Amino acid sequence: MTADAVRPNLPPLSLHVPEPRFRPGDAVDFADVEVPPAGAQPRPDTAAEAASFHELAYTLVRVLDEEGRAVGPWNPKLDPDTLRKMLRDMALVRAFDERMFRAQRQGKTSFYMKCTGEEAVAIAAAHALASDDMCFPSYRQQGLLITRGYSLVQMMNQIYSNKGDDLQGKQLPIMYSSREKGFFSISGNLATQYPQAVGWAMASAAKGDTRIAATWCGEGSTAEGDFHSAMTFATVYKAPVILNVVNNQWAISSFSGFAGAEATTFAARALGYGIAGLRIDGNDALAVYAATQWAAERARTNQGPTLIEHFTYRAEGHSTSDDPSQYRSAGEPTAWPLGDPIARLKQHLIALGEWDEERHAEQDRELAEMVKAAQKEAEKNGILGHGLHQPLDSLFDGVFEEMPWHLKEQQQMMIAEEEASGRPWARKK
Amino acid sequence: MNMIQAINSAMDVMMDRDPSVIVMGEDVGYFGGVFRATAGLQAKYGKTRVFDTPITECGIIGVAIGMGAYGLRPVPEIQFADYIYPALDQLVSEAARLRYRSAGQFTAPLTVRSPFGGGIFGGQTHSQSPEGIFTHVSGVKTVIPSTPYDAKGLLIAAIEDNDPVIFFEPKRIYNGPFNGHWDRPAENWSKHPGGEVPEGYYRIDLGKAAIVRPGEALTILAYGTMVHVVQATVEELGIDAEIIDLRTLVPLDIETIEESVRKTGRCMVVHEATRTSGFGAELASLVQERCFYHLEAPVERVTGFDTPYPHSLEWAYFPGPVRIGQALKKILKD
Repeated sequence: MTADAVRPNLPPLSLHVPEPRFRPGDAVDFADVEVPPAGAQPRPDTAAEAASFHELAYTLVRVLDEEGRAVGPWNPKLDPDTLRKMLRDMALVRAFDERMFRAQRQGKTSFYMKCTGEEAVAIAAAHALASDDMCFPSYRQQGLLITRGYSLVQMMNQIYSNKGDDLQGKQLPIMYSSREKGFFSISGNLATQYPQAVGWAMASAAKGDTRIAATWCGEGSTAEGDFHSAMTFATVYKAPVILNVVNNQWAISSFSGFAGAEATTFAARALGYGIAGLRIDGNDALAVYAATQWAAERARTNQGPTLIEHFTYRAEGHSTSDDPSQYRSAGEPTAWPLGDPIARLKQHLIALGEWDEERHAEQDRELAEMVKAAQKEAEKNGILGHGLHQPLDSLFDGVFEEMPWHLKEQQQMMIAEEEASGRPWARKK
Repeated sequence: MNMIQAINSAMDVMMDRDPSVIVMGEDVGYFGGVFRATAGLQAKYGKTRVFDTPITECGIIGVAIGMGAYGLRPVPEIQFADYIYPALDQLVSEAARLRYRSAGQFTAPLTVRSPFGGGIFGGQTHSQSPEGIFTHVSGVKTVIPSTPYDAKGLLIAAIEDNDPVIFFEPKRIYNGPFNGHWDRPAENWSKHPGGEVPEGYYRIDLGKAAIVRPGEALTILAYGTMVHVVQATVEELGIDAEIIDLRTLVPLDIETIEESVRKTGRCMVVHEATRTSGFGAELASLVQERCFYHLEAPVERVTGFDTPYPHSLEWAYFPGPVRIGQALKKILKD
């Protein structure tokens, strides 16, 4: 049928299906990734017209150079204490990730997701935002909670869905929510948080508040309709929002080409909407800080939204359910030309004479102990799978503000079923 | 007041009482909505409380959820219920579950208004009745008024509700009396819907049905436009039916339904939506479970057909007096 339609005097069409450069077993060469020199990119006024961001949407804003020096107009000139705190938060997230990954492997929980290699994205941003700005994160921004001082034990309670879990065991591990810390409930459906963040920002603006919103999604989920709906709303109402795209190269096993990366950058998405777009080195904590600070100032002065593409690399699997060795070359994470964000910030502090290897090693030991102690504490509240930690009848709480008759009936049915079963499950007191 | 004016009045009353109530949607601002439901509100309350939106239903609902999380009470309009599908993920996966998944830290107190149902030659993109999709979702309430008085009282209750509410407005009766159907112009249809609508605040609690006509021969469960079609048919045929207007599908007033069916021993369900897996199936099942030993005949369903809404043949699709009359004969023959 298809062949019949081919006319011999015309060349046949062909379908382009993107393919990543390297597959398992391939030698990796990232020479084609353009890494412009640090400090070379201009820093426009925060009131600059969105149309003037063409160059900044295609290049990479970088602050830390190869020797660990902070250079150029985007250098946020942070004091050593702030730099050390950022480094510590990043190392803490890594230690936390390590421990929780292992906890999942030990069967203590069902699922975990690391942010290895992307720690700067959330942590430097959290340092640049005000503590009461509202964050609408995706599932790899646990650094926001760490930076904002959310308790490690609470995070672990959530991961274990145990009796100390603030979310009553109702959410998948790592899908945290903390209204108090300005951290919106995470959804597993991708990019749904994007229009929600814009809506929050619009509400804040409509109320004459001073707080802004920030949201994060992966490069893969920029293909979702929600992303584009959010961009339209954000530009139309000049919403005070920072739209972060974390381009970590891989959406589970689909490389960024399937989200359109072969044709353009993700920051360039902003241009068509009339939104300021910055493409930055996401493994450079100072670039992340500077871009976030710049975008926050733009939002706070009613100049509208900014899209920041964080060009980074997911050094580990998508989640504990993923095996990246099945689809990408093992050499990729180490060959990544932008290096490791923790190593780069450490090098910077050492170059400043404000840090050294011994202190770093000591800090790593201390953080590992801290995480271990928190884990012990959390496990006192139980781990997933060792019985149920929530009262059985709480299963029906919070579907509605008040429980309607049909849920009450189903609750009674369930309790009767448990009574008949003889299983030792707890009820609400 | 007709139903449009009553709906407008409900939003006016609530915007006046509560500064957190905001109205948003395609064309709802300056123009006042394609059905004029929001007319005058922007002039009265300003552009930051009543505003037009881009044509992206997913965006409208997603943004409204964010506004709700901030602390506002958004009343987004989806211009036609047929266009709610692009927003389905935000409604089903986000608004409906936000309270549950965050253990009450965040809620989405939205009232999504949307005209639904056929009978205006709107074809397949302006006529659908998607209520069954929402009644199947845990965490949203579904409300459908059938009179201007109810529309205002229910909409006020929906806006005050802290859970997400889908508020479907039967557009066939937006502008008042409804006096025809191709297979049967029924004289007395024009009496309905009617009733005085007070100017100020009053509410009709969600989850309470109305017995619009008491009777002994059978119980007919209906909502929206169908309440009037049923009423006219029953009156014309002189059948002593008890007609219950459900008003809210979730939460459902099961007590009123049960009490009535136990009394009459027969039950018929009428809705415009397609038949298979429609809300009528749920109603028939509930009645069967709870009133089986009181039933003298199987529960009868009168519904639209399992086809897309046909433009030129819409009156063949729309349940009218003939279809309802035949079902009545069948259910009453035993």
